[in-house]
Amino acid sequence: MRIGPIKVPGAGLAKGLAVTMRTMTKRSVTDQYPDVKPELPPRSRGVIALVEENCTVCMLCARECPDWCIYIDSHKETIPAPEGGRERQRNVLDRFAIDFSLCMYCGICIEVCPFDALFWSPEFEYAEFDIRNMTHEKDRLQQWTATVPPPPPADPHAQRPKELEAAVKAAEKARVDRGSAAAQVTPPAAKDESA
Amino acid sequence: MSLVDVLEVALRIVLVLGAFLVLPLLVGQTEHKAMAHMQSRLGPMYAGGFHGWAQLVADGVKFAQKEDIVPAAADRTVFKLAPAVALIPYLVVLVAIPVGPGLVAQDLDAGLFFVLAVMGIGVLGALMAGWASANKFSLLGGLRTAAQLMAYELPFILAAASVAMAAGTLSLPGIVNAWEPWWLIWQLPGAVVFFVAGLAELQRPPFDMPVADSEIIFGAFTEYTGLRFALFLLAEYAGIVVLCALTTVLFLGGWHGPYDEALGWLWTLLKTMALAFVVIWLRVSYPRLREDQLQRLAWKGLVPLALAQLALTGVVAVVV
Repeated sequence: MRIGPIKVPGAGLAKGLAVTMRTMTKRSVTDQYPDVKPELPPRSRGVIALVEENCTVCMLCARECPDWCIYIDSHKETIPAPEGGRERQRNVLDRFAIDFSLCMYCGICIEVCPFDALFWSPEFEYAEFDIRNMTHEKDRLQQWTATVPPPPPADPHAQRPKELEAAVKAAEKARVDRGSAAAQVTPPAAKDESA
Repeated sequence: MSLVDVLEVALRIVLVLGAFLVLPLLVGQTEHKAMAHMQSRLGPMYAGGFHGWAQLVADGVKFAQKEDIVPAAADRTVFKLAPAVALIPYLVVLVAIPVGPGLVAQDLDAGLFFVLAVMGIGVLGALMAGWASANKFSLLGGLRTAAQLMAYELPFILAAASVAMAAGTLSLPGIVNAWEPWWLIWQLPGAVVFFVAGLAELQRPPFDMPVADSEIIFGAFTEYTGLRFALFLLAEYAGIVVLCALTTVLFLGGWHGPYDEALGWLWTLLKTMALAFVVIWLRVSYPRLREDQLQRLAWKGLVPLALAQLALTGVVAVVV
């Protein structure tokens, strides 16, 4: 090491000692995991939770899954015809299972679900001693929905959700149609209320 | 010899044995925790409940349970004897180290000579282990130990000789009695040489070429298991205690300090433990020296420095 133009002998040795001593006086970075639960970041991909009531057995998740690790069984149920109507059929979910020994946590099933039946849960303590026990049925998947956190607030200046944007646009269009010739268009109040 | 004398000798032996069994474990535990925190870790946290204080006890129990294996091609007698040869000299050295004024298990007239001679034997344990194991890694480790011993014994003894010259005595309590605070400056190069050479004799990092695990597994101790292996590890930590105690006695004034009539033993212990911490600190901070760097440091660095210290001590001792 050099201090100015002078090379100080042994300065490097002292610097090495200083680094270790400084590290010792700081708090260590170790997480005491089993004793202290870790603070996971938002959107942690721990396990996939299923809201069974929302599932329509559309099979999109099972078909999009790159690992084919989602198993779905269902049957059709006939709803008796109401007064003056005709009878309808609907799908009833018999089995929904995810094999977490195959799952690669890509989250495509959750992205693709049109009915908000699948969610990421940060829960990660579901290790098993046997790989065959990693296939979790719908009752277990349903239990994990309780651990799904509310979505984190949007980042500042983030784009608003598509649904909200569409609603605002529709409202604005309706206002313009009603005001017709009026030159001034007041900005909609909804614009300031970010989601 | 009356009964009182016998009891007194027994008490002294028990005290020395107690220190021999407790202090190395204390250093080992300090190493666990200090090294961990220097690397931003926590170290053992579970054994014993409070911050892993019983980790080394648990390690000892584990080692005691393991199978004691002697390789088929090994020289059985030497192989089995080696751990004792490595460990016992440090126990013997502790007998001669003064802890407080008049507080020494055995006051020897030629204490310094005795201590240096016996400490040299400790290294023989590693040499025997390396030779008797019938393993090429053990042999390499043993030979490296031998080379290191050859190189570092000389500056080690020269530095110690400088203090003996300054104090005009070979008795360890005599040296501490003659010690004065300004010796800290006067004997500083000698102290550094003594401490560094001692580290190298103990094969502590950064001088751990003989046990370099990334190259030769664990050097001379490769074939050892169970209790015999534990004894080698204990010998390493006992060696640290002995080296630090000796450096304290020779260069840091032993029991000298405030209220040293009553608290002398505490000062010796504190200085020893502070030095032991430095040993750990050096281990964490520096990478291992290569074999050629090791030899160069000894012959081109420490030996000339020790000789210069010897000359300085001679001149000052004559003038003062």
